[in-house]
Amino acid sequence: MTNEQTNETLLEVDAISLSFGGVHALVDVSFDIRKGEVRSIIGPNGAGKSSMLNVINGFYHPQEGTITYQGQARKRMRPHDAAAGGIARTFQNIALFKGMSTLDNIMTGRNTHMSKSLFWQALRIGPAQREEIAHREFVEHVIDFLEIQSIRKTPVGRLPYGLQKRVELGRALAAEPSLLLLDEPMAGMNLEEKEDMSRFILETNDEFGTTIALIEHDMGVVMDISDRVVVLDYGRKIAEGTPEEVRTNQSVIDAYLGVSHD
Amino acid sequence: MADFPESQEHTFPQLLLQRMKYDAERPAMREKAYGIWQTWTLGQLCEESFALAAGLSDLGFARNDTLAIIGDNRPRLYGSMIAAQALGGVPVPVYQDSVAEEIQYVVDHAEARFIIAENQEQVDKALEIREQCPRVERVIYCDPKGLRKYDPQVVMDIQSVMVRGRELLKTDPDKINSEIQKGNSSDTSIILYTSGTTGRPKGVVLSHENLLATARNTNEFDAITAEEEVLAYLPMAWVGDNVFSFAMGFVAGFCVNCPESANTVAQDLREIGPTFYFAPPRVFESVLTSVMIRMKDAGRLKRSLFDHFMRVAKKTGVALMDGQSVSAWDRFHYWLGELLVYGPLKNTLGLSRVRVAYTAGEAIGPEIFEFYRSLGINLKQLYGQTEATVFITMQPDGVVRSESVGTPPPGVEVRIEENGEVVYRSPGVFKEYFKNPEATAETKTSDNWVHTGDAGYFDDEGHLRIIDRAKDVGKLNDSSMFAPKFLENKLKFFPEIKEVVTFGDQRDFVTAFINIDLDAVASWAERNNVAYASYQELAAHPEVYALVQGCIEQVNQSLAQDSHLSSSQIRRFLILHKELDPDDGELTRTRKVRRRIINERYGDLIDALFDGRKNCFISTEVMFEDGRKGQIEADLEIRDAAVSEERSRAAA
Repeated sequence: MTNEQTNETLLEVDAISLSFGGVHALVDVSFDIRKGEVRSIIGPNGAGKSSMLNVINGFYHPQEGTITYQGQARKRMRPHDAAAGGIARTFQNIALFKGMSTLDNIMTGRNTHMSKSLFWQALRIGPAQREEIAHREFVEHVIDFLEIQSIRKTPVGRLPYGLQKRVELGRALAAEPSLLLLDEPMAGMNLEEKEDMSRFILETNDEFGTTIALIEHDMGVVMDISDRVVVLDYGRKIAEGTPEEVRTNQSVIDAYLGVSHD
Repeated sequence: MADFPESQEHTFPQLLLQRMKYDAERPAMREKAYGIWQTWTLGQLCEESFALAAGLSDLGFARNDTLAIIGDNRPRLYGSMIAAQALGGVPVPVYQDSVAEEIQYVVDHAEARFIIAENQEQVDKALEIREQCPRVERVIYCDPKGLRKYDPQVVMDIQSVMVRGRELLKTDPDKINSEIQKGNSSDTSIILYTSGTTGRPKGVVLSHENLLATARNTNEFDAITAEEEVLAYLPMAWVGDNVFSFAMGFVAGFCVNCPESANTVAQDLREIGPTFYFAPPRVFESVLTSVMIRMKDAGRLKRSLFDHFMRVAKKTGVALMDGQSVSAWDRFHYWLGELLVYGPLKNTLGLSRVRVAYTAGEAIGPEIFEFYRSLGINLKQLYGQTEATVFITMQPDGVVRSESVGTPPPGVEVRIEENGEVVYRSPGVFKEYFKNPEATAETKTSDNWVHTGDAGYFDDEGHLRIIDRAKDVGKLNDSSMFAPKFLENKLKFFPEIKEVVTFGDQRDFVTAFINIDLDAVASWAERNNVAYASYQELAAHPEVYALVQGCIEQVNQSLAQDSHLSSSQIRRFLILHKELDPDDGELTRTRKVRRRIINERYGDLIDALFDGRKNCFISTEVMFEDGRKGQIEADLEIRDAAVSEERSRAAA
């Protein structure tokens, strides 16, 4: 696509298996994400897509396999390590602070970049204040980027769904991530909202060079904006490649359309 | 503000150079960006504009070239207008929400080689039309977001053009100044394309003189000074913005504020608190609606407080503003209201500091108009058009009416033609329609009178009232004016009446066909125990006739109060037995009456209206929805409506 891809690998998951009791959510899944690409993870319901994202940012700990992020191999990721390492995400079900304004919500995304101690932050004087002003400026750029100036001071709970999704993306962007995980950012949106969101995702990738891992159900969107796609079904990887390759892959077609057992 | 010596400047860039001598540090424009109001002083604005001008000339922009400008109100875009004018070129602002096709027509017709586009959205449109407009050489953008990958041969950052210009100015610092000095007051200042209801848009050419003279006159009329605050939020391609924000702003020296985005206008309005404000009627209407909705949701105490003081305002507010005598008790009561209701409300709406507010473009509902005026907001109406550099008539302070549009301001002459058409002559009269001498000749006479196409008259107070399009206006036999649409619209305000056709051109008196509104009349019938089986039966019911007659007589009463319209009172009417229908060709698809078809189909009925018959038989062919044809027959009753005495004469 349009972005600057390199062949440098940013993240590699190798032979990941994850089970909850007897349920095998992921079985021996391996793939990599290259720096600067838009990588989509697709699959039917229950295929293990969200589990995969949760493994990547350390929310779930797989029983088998290793995760290599920025050259560092780990058996398990921890959420705060992931955040400190520059992995940010949005959630399938919006997880914002509903009573707080758009601005404050996005400001929380800057948390990992704040260096002054809680004490100084609480006093809001001197260096902490200077720091806050610098972060506020960054947040204003995010607000400008996402074109949400008009809801800057609005409590997030009062916003329509599509805008809440956008605020959530804003919070993730405020963290200046090197890897952005998006869990169904377009679920439940109408066509116009989807187009807007696709535009923001592509621009994020394009302007800031952010690597993006995307879970999405809308095949049109996936085929349009992804560089490479990986397909999961019942916890296993069944295909991967460019959108074109995946589209014509027989096992993918079978997984989506079903196959007769005779 | 500093009064500068009687100005000798002939163009806007010359005016700015003059003002630069003592106003360089004064804020000229503000724009809210990244949550903060960023200020451009006059010095900064000029420096940027002249750097841009130098950069543009380096790219090949020359005298008399046009520069298309597409985007929301931004200081940089106003700056690029100055840049074009400094070089003796002509800015052509384009409506920012136009689709590519509309932009293509304007860019092509204006022969623009350069386009300044605000952001990616506008750049995309500009590039889309490039195939049809091969003349376009460069597209220059202000906001680089999303534009990194575009072809740098065509698409350029405005900053890089300015850098280029600054380089050039280092070697030749006097370049722009000398170009500016070549400017002449009759040079074209701007070309504004009017949408026009019919046909292609026409490019109205306005000279520097038009705009400068108009701005000076208007500033004087409303005592506009350098201390005003103005929010520039209406499209730059609209003449009003060019006059209110650009021309009047630079002449008076006040600061023009650009909102953060189209969606934040209400908040920005509150933050800026403008003192001089313009909005079309629909804005005032929607603000009023939202106030009323929010008051409905408010608690009991607040609501009763609001209701009470709004009644007080209605009684005293307008009188106070017009300087009439008001009793001390009423004054106190109003002051209390200001403290508790009007003040906080105006503050929420961002209208606390408004000294002069204008509305124009279409008729504003009297109750909306009164609402704002009773709050103590000096809302006035004006009547104007692009060809006049806006102003034809304005309402002076103290004599403001909702149904008329005021008197001609200084320098403007207005006359009513034989056929009722309003014509005017003023220093603001446009030079010509760009590349369209036929249209120019049609609109403007050789001695500079311009035909508005609107029909109107001066009422008894000497204020202009606009009633209809001139081509629709006819004459009664006593040679008084007959404005069918005006009468029809007055009647259609009644919910029971759906459609009206009036007759009177070259007749002795006025008559009307009425179509009842089935929904409204049916529910009225239900409440009043009127039984009926069909539309036709309902329409012919004597009680329905009485209902409609009541409506007509009310209209007659209000017409009687105006000496120009009292002979247009409707004397006889009938209620049609079928609805006028686009399928039968009686209406256009947009529900406008096709008078010719009606005259053909219902000629008999029209004759009956005028020859005094009490009823008339009619048989009409109708088309059903499935395409079959049938006949509807009816014997229609024709009734006389009471005519009111002219009040002014009765009173005299």
